[in-house]
Amino acid sequence: MSANSNNQNTSVGAPGAILSEPQWNAITQSISGLSAQQLTWVSGYLAGLAASGQALPQSQAAAVPSAAGEAPVLTILFGSQTGNAKGIAQSLQAKVEAAGYSSKLVSMADYKPRQIKNETHLAIVASTHGEGEPPDDAIELHEFLGTKKAPKVDKLKYAVLSLGDSSYEFFCQTGKDFDERLAKLGGKLVVPRVDCDVDYEAEAEAWVAKLIETLKDDFTSAGAAAVAMQTGSAVAAGTAAQVYTKKAPYQATLLTSQKITGRDSVKDIRHIEISLEDSGITYQAGDALGVWFKNDAALADEIITLIQASADQEVTVAEHTLSFKEALINKLELTLSYPGFVKAYQEASGCEALAKLLEDKAALRDYLADRQIVDIVRDHPHPVTAAQFVAACRPLTPRLYSIASSQSEVEDEVHLTIAHVDYDAFGNRHQGGASGFLCDRLEEGGEVDVFVEPNDNFRLPENPDTPVIMIGPGTGIAPFRSFMQERDAQGAEGKNWLFFGNPHFTQDFLYQLEWQGYVKSGLLSKISLAFSRDQKDKIYVQHRLLEEGKDVYQWLEEGAHLYVCGDANQMAKDVESALLEIFRTHGGKSDEEAKAYLLSLRKAKRYQKDVY
Amino acid sequence: MSDTKSPFIVEGKLADNERLKAQSRHLRGTIEQDLKDPLTGGFTADNFQLIRFHGMYQQDDRDIRAERTKQKLEPLHNVMLRARLPGGVCNPEQWLAIDKFADDYTMYGSIRLTTRQTFQFHGVLKPNIKLMHQTLNSVGIDSIATAGDVNRNVLCTSNPIESEVHQQAYDWATKISEHLLPKTRAYAEIWLNGEKVETTDQEPILGDNYLPRKFKTTVVIPPQNDVDVHANDLNFVAIAENGKLVGFNVLVGGGLAMTHGDKTTFPRKADDFGFIPLEHTLAVAEAVVTTQRDWGNRVNRKNAKTKYTLERVGVDNFRAEVEKRAGVTFGESKPYEFTSRGDRIGWVEGIDGKFHLTLFIENGRILDYPNKTLKTGCREIAKIHKGDFRMTANQNLIVAGVPADQKEAIEALAREHGLIQPDVSAQRLDSMACVALPTCPLAMAEAERFLPDAVDQLDELMAKHGLSDDSVIFRVTGCPNGCGRAMLAEVGLVGKGPGRYNLHLGGNREGTRIPRMFKENITEQEIMAILDELLGQWAGSREANESFGDFVVRTGVIAPVINSAQDFYD
Repeated sequence: MSANSNNQNTSVGAPGAILSEPQWNAITQSISGLSAQQLTWVSGYLAGLAASGQALPQSQAAAVPSAAGEAPVLTILFGSQTGNAKGIAQSLQAKVEAAGYSSKLVSMADYKPRQIKNETHLAIVASTHGEGEPPDDAIELHEFLGTKKAPKVDKLKYAVLSLGDSSYEFFCQTGKDFDERLAKLGGKLVVPRVDCDVDYEAEAEAWVAKLIETLKDDFTSAGAAAVAMQTGSAVAAGTAAQVYTKKAPYQATLLTSQKITGRDSVKDIRHIEISLEDSGITYQAGDALGVWFKNDAALADEIITLIQASADQEVTVAEHTLSFKEALINKLELTLSYPGFVKAYQEASGCEALAKLLEDKAALRDYLADRQIVDIVRDHPHPVTAAQFVAACRPLTPRLYSIASSQSEVEDEVHLTIAHVDYDAFGNRHQGGASGFLCDRLEEGGEVDVFVEPNDNFRLPENPDTPVIMIGPGTGIAPFRSFMQERDAQGAEGKNWLFFGNPHFTQDFLYQLEWQGYVKSGLLSKISLAFSRDQKDKIYVQHRLLEEGKDVYQWLEEGAHLYVCGDANQMAKDVESALLEIFRTHGGKSDEEAKAYLLSLRKAKRYQKDVY
Repeated sequence: MSDTKSPFIVEGKLADNERLKAQSRHLRGTIEQDLKDPLTGGFTADNFQLIRFHGMYQQDDRDIRAERTKQKLEPLHNVMLRARLPGGVCNPEQWLAIDKFADDYTMYGSIRLTTRQTFQFHGVLKPNIKLMHQTLNSVGIDSIATAGDVNRNVLCTSNPIESEVHQQAYDWATKISEHLLPKTRAYAEIWLNGEKVETTDQEPILGDNYLPRKFKTTVVIPPQNDVDVHANDLNFVAIAENGKLVGFNVLVGGGLAMTHGDKTTFPRKADDFGFIPLEHTLAVAEAVVTTQRDWGNRVNRKNAKTKYTLERVGVDNFRAEVEKRAGVTFGESKPYEFTSRGDRIGWVEGIDGKFHLTLFIENGRILDYPNKTLKTGCREIAKIHKGDFRMTANQNLIVAGVPADQKEAIEALAREHGLIQPDVSAQRLDSMACVALPTCPLAMAEAERFLPDAVDQLDELMAKHGLSDDSVIFRVTGCPNGCGRAMLAEVGLVGKGPGRYNLHLGGNREGTRIPRMFKENITEQEIMAILDELLGQWAGSREANESFGDFVVRTGVIAPVINSAQDFYD
């Protein structure tokens, strides 16, 4: 391609919905005179910038000076575990900026809690996980606002969007807590809090729109930041363009689905290899892969029969019109059950038994605990229309899996470690939605829609000499396989210590041969194994941690980063208690000091969790 | 140690096993570190070999080796334990402990009676190894030196009728076993948490480097040759006068192992050194062992066994050295005769008035099968039995020393659990196989798992030719190392590759003639076709009471092996 262009530059007006007039002018000015090649590069740069969620450093972003003190700034704080809250916060910021308002996007992890007293406009997007707990990012701020140390915030106008999962008892608890605590401190809620369920997109969008509308009065467009382009400035490694997204995934090919538990294991854990060939997709150690899956066609047929609907009936799901059967396979959540479905299905069918069940929350939760959508329909088959059924179901959401490979090792492949959920219950075989698709229904060579979900809260230390402690029982091993591949490729000198556990040594030692190789080569300095069912007393990783407490503490004192991946409900909590005990025992710390030590690790990003 | 300048010492670069024995600190190596290594179920480097001296082999389930590699798992490492049980004798209390451990801690849940007249546990995982030794120790059993370059479990004819002679012979088997045991405390230290004493172990008999190669000893009571003297380095042939043991003829230098394609290796019969009175037994045993220790080939392990030493130095030189070291002169051999090797299945009454029940155990595998609960049966018998159990070199089990009033109860249990079956053919009783796949790392072809079907086919052929009351000594061994003793069978199969065997013919029923290879590397179908033809000829033109092995030699189907060192490969 020639350096200069005879290409026909179409004259385009300012896309007013996205950019303000001054922003648009600044951009056009900056890019005028660039070659086609440069333009392509810039487009990728900008996409990468957007995906990374990082604002341009001050030195690079020459903001148009605003009349000091005049224009208010909206601070957008997010507390995100899987990236959804962060995604919404980013989209909020884009729209705020587009409206010409000033804003600041900050992870709660990077936010000094006392700063809150200086804020005038605050938007909070926070997820809840486990039993009503805040995500790691949010722990400190969340706790701080609930203490007596928290300042008055009389001047504050705020809005809260909570993300959660209504199948849990403490639905959206973290968002509710922020709302309640800020109100108590004198803040004024300017738009009603919205508690989003798993299918949050539409509600979140509505909340964003409403908030921007509300801000109008306080914000003037005069202070809007303009973006100045500096062609040729380096993009930080790893923030390259993610062309493919959750909404526009890449159609990848399944290369390998290999069971990696022994034939006598009670677990069916698979090593999955997916080809990203030619997609240009890049990912970093610590990222997750989003997998769009198809439900089992047999399951769709069974539901159609049970509710006496027609497979060919046209239905509309999220603006797509398609046959009912296609919708059941491709668009609707059929495995995870939740109260909302029971309610809607009951209303559509008039089922008395379900009506009764809905009255008893605890009984409903118990009932739903091991049942999939299809079980509810099997238990209570009633004729309902396809449209009613579609309305009762949640849209299908992709599943996120921690990536088990490093591109320095596997190049254009991505590897996952997946527990194939597959069990008999209530007289029928049950499989997980995504795991059943990847491990059973999809044949090698088949196609699967994927996208990378970056996770900046789970990153190897920047300094390759920094020691690393990895705690990843069960499929929690996945990111550590990626870490070790990465550290191997880097030639990292830092020590590495892996804690792994599973039921049986002979059957469930995931990637045993690889760990043996890393121990032999010296890359893996230490490995501590807990096979819970190989002896009378169950031994788990936290027991090994305690046994090794002295060394664990020593490593941390040497600056080690500590990572935990896997089960959130039990393991991560037990590991955390073990760590606190280690700090008390081997660090001579009081309860309070131990907690503070853990908090300091977390703040320094030396204690990172990827738990689910 | 005597005469290091002997011209009979092989000079050259020592085999690597010599290094590892020398560096092992009397068989300790770094076994204890390996026991603590949680990353692997196996033993590393030298320890892999050293645990053999403690009676264990590292094995894995070969059926799933490839599958596990795909699963990114190491082979399913485990150990096989071969107990030291001189003469194969154990008491009911010991049996119950063995039985329970097999149930609770072995992958296969079986007790495997073997041709070394003892039992093996198969599939013990590393974390359970110490418990295994401690469990056995608690009932007075160990596994010291049942493998490795040492004198292994000492066999003794399981003749239940001549109870008094058997008792004396058995006592000698035990004494010889004890006398030749390694003296190192490594076994107790490692497995029984024995105290570590800061003194240097001495190995006055075996030497600090132990023997050049495995060494096997028997005590045999003619006319039975159940222990197969010609498969053993050292044999004491019991000579009795008036029902009392008076001494032994000493046979040295038998052995069956060979290597495919290596004609410097061959099976060899033992030579008769002559008679010694009882009081010299231990001295002679020690002298044979130390002579082999000093003269055996430590450069080439394939030529290290006693049989090759005898060929190299000459029988007369070896015998003279033994006489010198033991301070005895061999007398002229006393006459004896071997007439059979098989066990007499069923009840016999001993001259002491006690009864003995020999149970046929196919392949020696004591396990509960769907239609015959052999293991439960043996356990139930052990619970009421007052005598002892005797494992035989034919892999069968004798419930020995039953008083008349218990006979009925024991027989009822044996029948209930399929330990006595009415329809076992003579051919099945005379058929034997080593363990081979899936556990034995050396196996080249199936043996134990192949045997039952192979015998079914043989039964049909025998019936077809009207030979159902006859039998042929039929033995299958999965590799040429010889555990199945196919090199002393009338029809011997030696594993060559999956589904393929070398077919040997022409051994005799007494076990005094080595069979010669008839066809190399052939399939089961080819073997059965050949046997169909030859059994037909035998049925048609045999002489009175002529065995199949004698028939094929007489009729020139196969030339007899006379002196295997010279003519085995002719």
